[in-house]
Amino acid sequence: MAKVTFNEERCKGCGLCVGACPKHIVALLTDKINTKGYHPAGVTDQSACIGCAFCATMCPDCVIKVEK
Amino acid sequence: MVVFDRPHALADIPLHYCPGCTHGIIHRLVAEALDELGIEGKTIGVAPVGCSVFAYNYFNCDMVEAAHGRAPAVATGLKRADSDKIVFTYQGDGDLASIGTCETVHAAARNENITIIFVNNGIYGMTGGQMAPTSLPGQVTQTSPYGRDTQTVGYPVKVVEMLSQLDGASYLERVAVNNVKNIKNAKKAIKKAFQNQIEGKGFSLVEVLSACPTYWALEPTKALERLEETVIPYYPLGVYKDKFAKEEE
Repeated sequence: MAKVTFNEERCKGCGLCVGACPKHIVALLTDKINTKGYHPAGVTDQSACIGCAFCATMCPDCVIKVEK
Repeated sequence: MVVFDRPHALADIPLHYCPGCTHGIIHRLVAEALDELGIEGKTIGVAPVGCSVFAYNYFNCDMVEAAHGRAPAVATGLKRADSDKIVFTYQGDGDLASIGTCETVHAAARNENITIIFVNNGIYGMTGGQMAPTSLPGQVTQTSPYGRDTQTVGYPVKVVEMLSQLDGASYLERVAVNNVKNIKNAKKAIKKAFQNQIEGKGFSLVEVLSACPTYWALEPTKALERLEETVIPYYPLGVYKDKFAKEEE
């Protein structure tokens, strides 16, 4: 099963990963805030992830690790 | 099985770039190319002046900081002094297409066996969003508040088209990082530029069209839309020169 993990402290909340996800399960977590002051990105439904790594490809800050 | 993780050649420290700045993507593509070709240990990078001035902190290979625009000259010296090493420069448009035009053109004319990664975002980011030689006609910047007026300040410099007229340059390609497909193409181009150097094929330059959300005054996602809709039509993507293309076929 595909698994995607976000290093939330490194995230700058730019949202480029959000638009890249073909399953629309990546979102900015507006209920969370990291020490930089951004809403970090995360997945809303881990089980729907197909491990395509499009989110990680778009991420400018290497926040995302994808496993399959 | 890990499908995607930080490449080894990219240091595990936070990048100082603004949110949504595509410098981070391009740094990663360069690091992935170094990893995949197994050349991290014998590579020397040359950092520019501009937003990416701290590139020397971010790559795990050896790095040198050059004076503004002089990276191709420094890279020439490094490569000629120790030709076993892989030498690349990482330069922005203010560095390569403005103050460093001379060094760039002559390094290409001499067909120096180096790799240049040229990041073109059409604006001076580090100094606060002034007009660059590569700013589009009509583009609003801090120093062109009514839009770039081609009657008084002329037209943008199209670097790969210009260099493709030189007999020296070996490989010139323009790519973009606005979506996943283009990022994958950019990765291929960057890897090829390093492969060319390993094989002694001479001067390789990859121009990467990049976004500057902060000084384009757009959200990161909107900046990528502008890149696709406005910038790419003016700077068409593709291979502009590949001396060795026929041999490979």
